[in-house]
Amino acid sequence: MLVLFGMPVIQLIIFGFAITTEVRNAKIAVLDNSKDEITQLLINRIESTEYFQIERTINNSDQIESAFKSGKIKLAIVFQPNFQNELLHTNKAQIQILSDATDPNQATTLANYVSAVVMDYQNELMELNKIPLTIDTELRMLYNPQLKGAYTSVPGVMGLILLLVSAMMTSISVVREKEFGTMEILLVSPMKPWLVIISKAIPYFILSIVNVATILLLSTTLLDMPIHGSLFLLTLVTVLYILCALSLGLLISTITNSQLASMLISLVGLMLPVVMLSGYAFPIANMPDILQWIANLSPAKWYIIIIKNVMIKGVGPEGIWKETIVLAAMTAVFILISIKRFKIRL
Amino acid sequence: MSAVEIKNIVKKYSTKKTSVTAVDNISFTAERGELFGLIGPDGAGKSTIFRILTTLLLPDSGSAALLDYDIIKDWKEIRNIVGYMPGRFSLYKDLTVEENLEFFATVFNTTIKENYELIEEIYKQLEPFKNRRAGKLSGGMKQKLALCCALIHKPKILFLDEPTTGVDPVSRKEFWEILKRLKTRGISILVSTPYMDEAKLCDRIALIQKGKILEINPPKNIISKFERNLFAVHSPEMFKLLMDLRSYSKTETCFAFGENHHLVVNDSSISAVDVKKYLESAGHPKATVSNIEPTIEDCFMHLMSK
Repeated sequence: MLVLFGMPVIQLIIFGFAITTEVRNAKIAVLDNSKDEITQLLINRIESTEYFQIERTINNSDQIESAFKSGKIKLAIVFQPNFQNELLHTNKAQIQILSDATDPNQATTLANYVSAVVMDYQNELMELNKIPLTIDTELRMLYNPQLKGAYTSVPGVMGLILLLVSAMMTSISVVREKEFGTMEILLVSPMKPWLVIISKAIPYFILSIVNVATILLLSTTLLDMPIHGSLFLLTLVTVLYILCALSLGLLISTITNSQLASMLISLVGLMLPVVMLSGYAFPIANMPDILQWIANLSPAKWYIIIIKNVMIKGVGPEGIWKETIVLAAMTAVFILISIKRFKIRL
Repeated sequence: MSAVEIKNIVKKYSTKKTSVTAVDNISFTAERGELFGLIGPDGAGKSTIFRILTTLLLPDSGSAALLDYDIIKDWKEIRNIVGYMPGRFSLYKDLTVEENLEFFATVFNTTIKENYELIEEIYKQLEPFKNRRAGKLSGGMKQKLALCCALIHKPKILFLDEPTTGVDPVSRKEFWEILKRLKTRGISILVSTPYMDEAKLCDRIALIQKGKILEINPPKNIISKFERNLFAVHSPEMFKLLMDLRSYSKTETCFAFGENHHLVVNDSSISAVDVKKYLESAGHPKATVSNIEPTIEDCFMHLMSK
């Protein structure tokens, strides 16, 4: 009942207010090589919009690069040296906009916001001075120059499929034994209870590995998706993610007694958060704090970050250790709770 | 050392609103090599007793031991020595007969070959269907397969929870024949059934009602202890007859038993002729009354109404 009446209300609120593709408060960096009046003015204008939040700690191009890799900033603005002089004397000046295009939609949106602010200012100057001043905005889409959709969809699909196959199928198959009564016989046998569970998880582990291989093969051949980072690292974190999903499935199986219940929990509890809150379809950064917190609880969020970093940005272990630790900790917690909750009796 | 020894076992199931005592302070002992029957209607607590003994449920209080292994402390050992056939068909419906048997042999760390002689007799009847999926077998065949699977590891004690429920009369008879032969191999068998006619096939039976044991004895003794006159009464107007019999001053109990009513009187001097006289005066000129031997069911109904 709660599901029937609660669902539409919750969904309306979430979709209406919380989850939008609009981007707000995106973290950006500004590299001001000129530090004159005009650049200061432009920076102030950009900051005064609700869309951006400037990270003041980043002051050189090396820092910008590492900030992009760690996902700290979504966009960087670089003013050329002698910006004001150039503009006033040659009527031309350059701004470079670097945008993290691992999420092409967000990258385009953000870059457009910046261009709009700059264009506004340019028009004002032209009216004031009656000379055709042009501020060139040179746009660079980092990591994904062609703005391919596959760059977001492939990590998202991987996060979704693996979680669904591993967690949902494992929980359903364990619960099915309970429902059919075969668990009763298996328990009254010399076979150790944990062996029963492990043997239920192994087929889905193998299945998931095959799934990953298929997805990666198809995305590199068919969708021209690059794997910039190390394949070994990618496999390693994927195995960790699968283990995490499997242990989540086992956890679900210990708290439910019917296939229907475990399917509902898997679908509502796993699929919806993955689709809506993992950052796969909607950016996390502009959700309300509560939803961001919930998003943190979804293993898919962390996995998608790792995958994007490794595949698209080519980051090594040093760039993903935080997310990996979160995934490993989640796995450990899930397994611990499952072991605690698993009953050697009915 | 007894095969099964349970003492003062109590098990309650409680939900938010109600609490049901499924097993209420039950104690009994089943000897080794005995075919012990738990007889009682649905909901009497038979399955709960089985699950407690097979270490699937923990009792709220009381203790029990199988061949001196404690059911709580030594659950691992017990799971090695018992064969358990749950009341509900609990094999893999999508595996074939042979695959099911092989699977359970593997689970119990054995092979079909190793203990084939034990199940040979039963399995021979299943052999023509060995490539059929278990879910597509008839009721009797399913139970025979389940029995095979419970026997595959040569258990010392066999627990059969309502093995003949939903099985046709011929297969039921065969099933009990099989149990008798298993007994001769030294396997202790605990069997539960709601069918009273099967009770006399056990060595000893415990009559159970609402979680309490009414009586434990060999079936013969239970019948011989009845010690009352029992009449089968028939008349064209059965419902009125039941009412009239129940209002008869000499009646102790009266129940409908198929096409007759079984009447127990409280005075041993009352004969069939006396009953007939009363019925004629009560408006049943065509009533027939005959003296009969009690069955387990009569004993059970009588004990229950006490």
